[in-house]
Amino acid sequence: MTKQLTLSIDGVQVTVPEGTLVVDAAKMAGIDIPVFCYHPKMEPAGNCRMCLVEVGRPVIDRATGQAVMENGQPKIQFMPKLETACTNTVSEGMVVLTQTDKVTEGRKGTLEFLLTSHPLDCPICDKGGECPLQNLTVEHGPGKSRFLYDEKQHLAKHVPLGELIWLDRERCIQCARCIRFQDEIVGEAVLGFEARGRMTQIVSLSEPGFDSAFSGNTSDICPVGALTTADFRFGARPWELKASASVCSQCPVGCNTTFNTRREAKAGGEIVIKRAMPRQNEEVNEIWMCDKGRFAYHYAESAQRLVKPTIRQAKASWTDAFELVTQTFEASKSDVVVLASGRLSNEDLFNLKSLADGLGGKSILYTDMGGGDLTAQVGVGQGTDLGKLGKGDAILVVASDLYEEAPVWYLRVKQAADRGATLIVANSRHTKLERFAKYAIRYANGDEVKTVADLQGDGRIAQEFANAQNAVVFFGSDGLGLSGSADLAAACAKLLKDSNHVGKANNGLIGVWQRANDQGAWEMGFRPEADLASALKNKIVYIVGADPAGDDPALALALKGARFIVAQDILETLTTHMADVVLPAQAYTEREGTFTSGERRVQRFYAAVPARGETKADFAIAGEIGRRLGLNTENGSAMVTFDRLAVAVNDFAGLNYNKLAEVKSQWPIVGRGDLYYGGTTYENKQGLGVQLSTAAERGETVSLPEVRADSVLRPREDQLLAVPVTKLYDRGQTVASAELLAQRIGEPTVNLHPEAAKRLGVGAGGRVSLAFNGLNAEALVKIDDTISAGVVLVPRSMGLAVREPVSVQVLGLAEAKVS
Amino acid sequence: MRFVEPIWELSRGLARTFASLFEKPVTVQYPEEKREVRPRFRGRHVLKRYENGLEKCIGCSLCAAACPADAIFVEASENTDEKRFSPGERYASTYEINMLRCIYCGFCEDACPTEAIVLGDNYELSFTDRRQAIYPKEMLLEAVPDTAMITPRKVEPGVYKRSVPEMKDPQD
Repeated sequence: MTKQLTLSIDGVQVTVPEGTLVVDAAKMAGIDIPVFCYHPKMEPAGNCRMCLVEVGRPVIDRATGQAVMENGQPKIQFMPKLETACTNTVSEGMVVLTQTDKVTEGRKGTLEFLLTSHPLDCPICDKGGECPLQNLTVEHGPGKSRFLYDEKQHLAKHVPLGELIWLDRERCIQCARCIRFQDEIVGEAVLGFEARGRMTQIVSLSEPGFDSAFSGNTSDICPVGALTTADFRFGARPWELKASASVCSQCPVGCNTTFNTRREAKAGGEIVIKRAMPRQNEEVNEIWMCDKGRFAYHYAESAQRLVKPTIRQAKASWTDAFELVTQTFEASKSDVVVLASGRLSNEDLFNLKSLADGLGGKSILYTDMGGGDLTAQVGVGQGTDLGKLGKGDAILVVASDLYEEAPVWYLRVKQAADRGATLIVANSRHTKLERFAKYAIRYANGDEVKTVADLQGDGRIAQEFANAQNAVVFFGSDGLGLSGSADLAAACAKLLKDSNHVGKANNGLIGVWQRANDQGAWEMGFRPEADLASALKNKIVYIVGADPAGDDPALALALKGARFIVAQDILETLTTHMADVVLPAQAYTEREGTFTSGERRVQRFYAAVPARGETKADFAIAGEIGRRLGLNTENGSAMVTFDRLAVAVNDFAGLNYNKLAEVKSQWPIVGRGDLYYGGTTYENKQGLGVQLSTAAERGETVSLPEVRADSVLRPREDQLLAVPVTKLYDRGQTVASAELLAQRIGEPTVNLHPEAAKRLGVGAGGRVSLAFNGLNAEALVKIDDTISAGVVLVPRSMGLAVREPVSVQVLGLAEAKVS
Repeated sequence: MRFVEPIWELSRGLARTFASLFEKPVTVQYPEEKREVRPRFRGRHVLKRYENGLEKCIGCSLCAAACPADAIFVEASENTDEKRFSPGERYASTYEINMLRCIYCGFCEDACPTEAIVLGDNYELSFTDRRQAIYPKEMLLEAVPDTAMITPRKVEPGVYKRSVPEMKDPQD
C-alpha cells in the first residue's frame, strides 16, 4: 500500500496516495485547478502554465528533521512565485492556495498570452460550446487584451493532418496533448512539432497523414478547436445534440460509446447520428475509442437499407411474410437451419436459438473462428481489467493482429507492457504490437498449436509465463480458419489451465472474435459448422445478420441448393437478393439490447434514432415467428427477453437490465462541466455492464478438448499458401458505407514475400490474380518481408473468399509501379 | 350645490368632446396609409448581406441558441471558393424561422456575431397555414441589387478567409 499524505488545498484537508499530483489531489477534493496541457491519462508536460497556484511547504529543521512550529502551527514557507500544480507531487503538510489574488492574476496573464493569436472564431468553431479555452477564458480570463489586434498571427485554418482530422493552426495553443497521446498512449509517434517559438506548429510525420487508428481521440482531448474530425465538421453545435448511450458493434472489445443525434434538414427532417463519442468505462475502453468505431457508424443510414418485407422480391406486408415463413417452418420442422452471426444482440440470438430448438432444427453461428466454448470455461474471471495488469503479469497474444482486429485491446495491452507486464506476441508475421513485446515469436503458418505447446516447456519464455502472477491469453484467427483457430484455442486453454491461470480475475482466455457479439452467440448455444455449404443444402435456411452469398461464391452456390431462404438483415445483400422472404431488421442504433464482449462483459446499448420504415428488431421478428409456431417466445420487449435469457442460460443467471445499468464512480472524472480535465469524452451514467463468471471460477469441472496436432497444409507445387488475415478497414457491410474511410479501405491488397513477388515478376503496387477452388480474383501487391516466401496474406472481407488456409495459384499481371 | 356640480361636470365633459372635433385625428387609414415605425422597432427578420453581396450569416446557430421560443433552425455547411455563400469556412445551408413561434424579442440580433440577422420593420405577416409560417432562408435573405452578387458564387481564391469581421460596439 502506498503511503498516504495529507495536504490542505484552499483550507480543505485532503488525503491522497504519495506521488499524486497537486492538480489530481485538488480534483479528488472537488476543487478546480484549470489546465490545458495536463491530462490525467498522460505524463505531465507543464507547458501551458494555466495550472499555476501558490504552494507552501512546511519548514523542516535540518538539525532535528522536525517541522518548525510557529504559534503552535507548522511554519509554512511559500515559494516567491507561482508553481505549476500539474508537475508538483504532493508532500506531507503541503498548503495549496488556488483562489488568491496572485493566482487569479497569474491565470489572467496566462490566458492573455494564450489568446494573443487565437482567432476567436468561436461562432464557426466545432469545439465552441464544449471548449476548455472558451470556458476557462470566461471564468478566469481578462476582459480585454493589451496585445494589438493587428499583430495577430494569421495562419492556415484548414490543414488536413490526414483525411479524418483537420488542423486549424490559428487555434492551436501548443499544449502537445495530441502529440503526447500518440507517443505515450498509442505508441505511434505520427504527430510532432515543427519550428520554434511563435512559429511552433503541429505537423503529421506519417504518410498517409495522421496514420493511426486512434486519431479521433486527439480531437476529444484537444483543449481548443484546433483538431476537429472531418466527420463532424460543421455538423452541428454541441449544445444542439442529444446524447444516447451505446456500445460499439465493430469488434469484440465492446467500447462504450455515445451517439450524438440531431434532427437534420439534409436528411429530410429525420433524426440522425451526427457523431460517435467514447463513453468512459475504465475496465473496457477507458476514455478512448478507435477510428473505425468513430467513423464507420454510417452504415445504418445507407440507401441500401431494407425497409419493407418482401416475398420473392415483391413488397409484402409483415402479416403475409410471417404467415409464409411460419407455414414453411411448420411444414418441415427439423429441416430448418438458423444461420446467425455475432452482429446480433444476445436477445436476438436467444430467441433465434429458442426458435431453432423449438422446431428441432439446427442453429449455426456464421463465423470462421472457433473456441467460444472454451472461453466460457477458462475465459477471464469476473473483475478482469487489463488496466490492472503490470509488473509480474504476462500477456500472450497469439495469431492475432490486435491493432487491426481490436484496436482498443492493442492500446490496453501496449500500456500493460509499458507498466512492466511480460508481453509475448506470437504470429507468423510482423504486427504492430510486436514492438512492445518482451518476446516476439515468429512461427511458420500451420505451427500455431505447436508454438503454444512449446510455451509449456522449460524455455525462458515458458517459465516466465508459467510463473507470472496473472496471465491472459488473446487468441485470434490470423492466418487460420475455423478448425485451425479451434485447435489453437484448445492449446491456449490447456496452457492456461496447466499453469493455473484460470478461474480468477485478470487470468484466462480471450477470443479476438470477428464480430462484436460472437462470444454472446457461443453463450446462447450457437456453434459454427465446419462444412457450412453441405449443411445448407436442401434445407429451409433462416439467415440472420449475415451475407454468406456475398462473402463466398461457394456459399452462394450452396444457398442455391437450399429449399427455402428467409433472410433477415438491415441492408440489401446478395443473400437477400436470393431469398424467398426478406425480413427488414432494425440497426442496433435504432433499438435496445445487450452485447457480450470478448472479455465476456454483458453491456447494454440503447436506441439512438427512430427505426426506419417498417423495420422490426431481430429478437421481435424471431419472437413473433416463434409465437406463431406455438412457442412461448417474447416478441415485444428486449428487457423481458433478457430476463428469460438470464433464467435459461446458466452463465447469465441473476442478471437483469437494471444490474447492467449500474454505475460506480470512476477515475479520472470526465465528461462533467470540467471539460478541460479529461476532454469531451462522456461520463458513464448508463451502465458499466457485468462480467460473466467462468465455469472454472464457479468451481465446475472444466473439460477441455484434446489438443490436436496441426495438420499442416502445404501449398501444391508452383502454388502459394493463402492465409486469411483481418484488416481494420475492410469492405464488410458495416464499414464500406463510411465514405470518409474509403481511402483507408482501398483496393484488395495481398501481402507477398519479396522473393515470391520476384518469382512472379511483380513489385509493390503490381497486380496479381489468385485462383483457388475454381474461383478467380485480382488484387494489388504489397511487399512484406516478415512473412514466409511460400505464403500470400489475403485480407478478409475484401472480396477474396479465403476463409481458411488454402493453396492458391498466383499469377503476376503487371509490372511494378514502384519498387 | 347638489344640483349645480353634476351639471357643471357634465358640460365640462361635453365641451371637451366638442373641442376634439376640431383637433387633428390620431388614427390613420391603415392599410392605405401606414405609420412609420420607430428606429428600434422589431418586425420580421432580414438576413443581411455585405456590400459585395456575400451573406453575413455564417451558420453559427447562436441565434437559435439564444431564441427563447425555439423558433430558429440552422444547419451549416462548408464554403469553397468555387461556391461561396459567405466569407470564411462556414455558411448556413438551412436557415428557418417559424414566425408563429417567434416572439420578436430580438435576442437573435443580440447574439449574432456578424450582425447578419436584423429585425426589420415589416409587421404585416400573414399565412393561411402553419407550414407557411416557417420562413426559409430564401425568404429571409436580403435581395441583391445586381445578379453578379448572387450567392453562391465563384470568388477569387484565398480572399474571404475570415468569418467574423472586426466590429465596433453598437452606437445607438
